[in-house]
Amino acid sequence: MTYFHDVATLTRKDLLLELRARDTVPAMLLFVVSALVVFHFALPSESSRLAAYGLLWVALVFTALLGLVRAFSAERDQGLLDGLVLAPCDRSAIWLAKALSMLGFLVLAEIVALPAFAIFFHGIGWTTVAGVALANVGICTVGTLLAAMAAASRARELLLPLLFLPLAIPIVVGGVGAGVVENGGRYLGLLAVYDAIFAIICWASFEYVVTE
Amino acid sequence: MIRARGLSRRFGDKRVLEKLDLDLQDGGFLVVTGANGSGKTTLLRLCAGLLAPTAGELRVETDRAGIGFLAHEPLVYRELSALENLDLYGRLYRVPERRERIGMLLERFGLWSVRNERAGSFSRGMLQRLALCRTLLHEPELLLMDEPFNALDAEGIELLGQQLEELRGGRTFLVATHDPDRLAPLASGSLALA
Repeated sequence: MTYFHDVATLTRKDLLLELRARDTVPAMLLFVVSALVVFHFALPSESSRLAAYGLLWVALVFTALLGLVRAFSAERDQGLLDGLVLAPCDRSAIWLAKALSMLGFLVLAEIVALPAFAIFFHGIGWTTVAGVALANVGICTVGTLLAAMAAASRARELLLPLLFLPLAIPIVVGGVGAGVVENGGRYLGLLAVYDAIFAIICWASFEYVVTE
Repeated sequence: MIRARGLSRRFGDKRVLEKLDLDLQDGGFLVVTGANGSGKTTLLRLCAGLLAPTAGELRVETDRAGIGFLAHEPLVYRELSALENLDLYGRLYRVPERRERIGMLLERFGLWSVRNERAGSFSRGMLQRLALCRTLLHEPELLLMDEPFNALDAEGIELLGQQLEELRGGRTFLVATHDPDRLAPLASGSLALA
């Protein structure tokens, strides 16, 4: 129970920081809406719905990336990761709390993005919503671990996309597949398996990322 | 409490610590001096477990809960208030009677009246006082302090001096400083890094 108490404490801290600084969620919201507007005008009117779904996922992945780049900004800028790493809690609690707050930020962006997509392009089904929900878990778990790795580097803005985008390919395949095929269950299963495998890997390896 | 044999640490090609032997008994107060870049901070970070030695052996006989680390940076969130910062660390360190302990430390270090102000609005000296509160919050048995008097005004220096005197004896100290004379009455030994 103390593990979840630590996760709750750290998540609350991350949400409070965002509430005070407001430097991640507004940027994500602005980006995702802007991207969908640009795609709306860039995509020819006779284009298929498959192309539109692809662009939705491009917008979502890059919106998540925008948030992930800032995930450890407070800790990095003020050297605070030392303070958290020294605390006698399981270090994976830092990762889980960060992933949960990123999940919250991403869901907020999608609450705006999905209706905007429906307005600019066409309606979305429950499989797309389920795909987005499952993809969020994968994006936040993997992305948070990679953000912590990139935070230690000077070229973090370059490094994070280079590390994250290849690992996001199965998420995009699963998300687009779930939205466009008749029976998207298979793709939802792929996303669920991806989430489970990578959540365990990230949970187990975070300690090695933040310590020598 | 701390035993090092042949402790070395390199950063790339740069040797910062080279074959250092060190013994610090329980209740000892070791003052570490040396020029900039001589490895004082590196030694503290090694003892805190924030760095791993590149060679040699280092044994610290306490776990993370027993270490209080005062770093160059205050390790507090600028967007959170003094109270919120200490509450965060108090929860993570599972400090018993957390609120009372936080209140007592804020009072002692003269920060009670600004407890609800964001740390980002604090002067460097106030941040150092807050960092001291954070370091002492969980009553650690081993205190690793990097320039503890840094940025403190005369009142802060006196307060910290009193605090160290009170804690001396029951706890073990490893303190890096450029001003060893100030700590001379408390010190049980000194280590000069070249």
